[in-house]
Amino acid sequence: MAASMKVFCKQLVWNHFSLNLSRIIENQYKHYIIKTQKRLFRLQSCLSGGEYEWENPKSEADVVNITYIDRQGEKHHVKGKVGDNVMYLAHRYNIEIEGACEASLACSTCHVYVKDEYFSKLPEPHEKEEDMLDMAPYLKENSRLGCQIILSRELDGIEVTLPKATRNFYVDGHIPQAH
Amino acid sequence: MTLCKLRSQWLAFKSMKVPMDFKLFVAFKLWHLNGQRQQSTVSKVISGGQKPHTHVAIVGSGPAGFYTTQQLLKGNPNIVIDIYEKLPVPFGLVRFGVAPDHPEVKNVIHTFTQTAQNDRCHFWGNVEVGKDVTLEELTDTYTAVVLCYGASHDRLLEIPGEDLPNVISARSFVGWYNGLPQHKNLAVSLDCESAVVLGHGNVALDVARILLTPVSQLQKTDISQHALEVLSRSKIKQVHVVGRRGPLQVAFTIKELREMVNLPDTRTTIQPQDVQGLDKIITDIPRPRKRLTELVFNSATHPSAETIKKWAEASREWRLVFLRSPIKIQEAGDGQVKAVEFTVNRLEGNNLMTQRAISTDVTESLQCGLVLRSIGYKSLPLDNSLPFDSHKGVIQHKDSRVQGRKGLYCSGWAANGPVGVILGTMTDAFETGKVILQDIENGALQNQEKDKREKLIDKFKSKAVSFSEWTKIDLAETSAGEKIGKVREKLTDIQQMLHIAKS
Repeated sequence: MAASMKVFCKQLVWNHFSLNLSRIIENQYKHYIIKTQKRLFRLQSCLSGGEYEWENPKSEADVVNITYIDRQGEKHHVKGKVGDNVMYLAHRYNIEIEGACEASLACSTCHVYVKDEYFSKLPEPHEKEEDMLDMAPYLKENSRLGCQIILSRELDGIEVTLPKATRNFYVDGHIPQAH
Repeated sequence: MTLCKLRSQWLAFKSMKVPMDFKLFVAFKLWHLNGQRQQSTVSKVISGGQKPHTHVAIVGSGPAGFYTTQQLLKGNPNIVIDIYEKLPVPFGLVRFGVAPDHPEVKNVIHTFTQTAQNDRCHFWGNVEVGKDVTLEELTDTYTAVVLCYGASHDRLLEIPGEDLPNVISARSFVGWYNGLPQHKNLAVSLDCESAVVLGHGNVALDVARILLTPVSQLQKTDISQHALEVLSRSKIKQVHVVGRRGPLQVAFTIKELREMVNLPDTRTTIQPQDVQGLDKIITDIPRPRKRLTELVFNSATHPSAETIKKWAEASREWRLVFLRSPIKIQEAGDGQVKAVEFTVNRLEGNNLMTQRAISTDVTESLQCGLVLRSIGYKSLPLDNSLPFDSHKGVIQHKDSRVQGRKGLYCSGWAANGPVGVILGTMTDAFETGKVILQDIENGALQNQEKDKREKLIDKFKSKAVSFSEWTKIDLAETSAGEKIGKVREKLTDIQQMLHIAKS
């Protein structure tokens, strides 16, 4: 532990040094940096998706339990909260769900299966979600996009399973389009 | 996990006997890190003093390249990655292929940027493998080399008239409106009323949609200004999207078709006889094909009252045409395109989804002044020594390992052919990453001496565009866009890109 602590502190001192260095650079490139910051601000505001999930539940009443079953079949129990997005919540706990389009219904990289009893409690999917699900391999009756599931009290105990990842996934009759 | 680790380290640190002001400093740093939550900074702390020594080269910076990189960085804290890119700018087809009116698909750039900003990842733009460095040099220098260079060529029709002016490959046309430097001067004339798009894939629908979308909708996107100007003077009123097979074999997906059906001021025309009987078949086919076919069928036979009204008032039209194979592009007296001549096909085969088109003796022609060929891309071998399947247009490999070449891998379209959406490429790239990690772990690969890499990089360092230099180009493009009310105005001149990058 002590050794890793030493390394850790070293890193922090290095960071401090590089901060000073960056100040010197900052003075030289002020013009660019101000512009970049403006832009980063804009970027962050559009990235605001995913920030809320990093807040802890405020009280027990706020907690919504969710279980992710990953691609290896391993279960991850997570204490989410009302309003959490299932995809971003997974990102917080390092569960391997991608979110290429950042919840804008333009991909199906966050495809999950929802345990039946909870599936029926979810609001009906939007037509756009259905269209994206059509592109997902191993589509099942209980398929949904993780980014479209928002936790509520009613969903306490929900279980979502990640589909297996495999390259030969066009086994269900779907023929990928040529470009 | 990274943050949880940070937190537990912080808790351990808090109880240690160190001066209070240092504790405060550390607390501030952690808070700062937490605020940034950027992979690069966090990994700097986590990977600590360990010296990385496994170097991997990725050739190509599109989705396959970036997703493979992501997997490798995550799976092994000692790997350092060099991404080689021919152009000064990253992201491949996300930048140059995805349609300008699909900005949400480009959100994936944020994830790629995070990957590129990782301390163990280096982007080398403006460095062409095969020219500035050879593949052999790479394989000599790196523990592993991954070929992710996509499919840069297209298939030809091989019919008379294909080389006439205004007979354009859809890939070039896409490159033209997406600001690809090599196609910025493409001669496109939209001075005609009718266009024919050959092919029934998503690219075919993309180019048809761009031809028909009101310019007022396109002008806020990152479509290139030179294309926007030509499109704003377009006289095109009718686009025929023609395929050799039937409605059950189309390769486009439902999202793209729905966009066509809902295009403002544009009528969809599908001949009812082309979809006859489909309603009886579709009950038994898999869901994606079923929903797609339903949309084709409903649009042809009973569109909603609202849609009928909209279509009646429309000034433009697109027609989805089946069972036609082009045999000749006819020339008018002045050397321009006059029409495309087709044979009428019938379908043969028991499996409805994979039926083949067989030509009959019947021919017909469609008048048009523009032909866009969208019948598929193909990859080329990067190097003559690569085992290459020229029929399929892919590198020969097994589970991403290039045949007979230890330490050489391939992923994405260069490996599997130009099919599928980003999800497929992502899954494949993750698998490629895992295979390489496995091989490293099993000791199947040989680590190279570190100074070899440094020597190689010295060769091209002065001309290479780094990721931070790319951010200057990025900034210049978004600022230029802002001035004219667009999200971005891409630079199309490589010299100009380099000038900004090196300024």
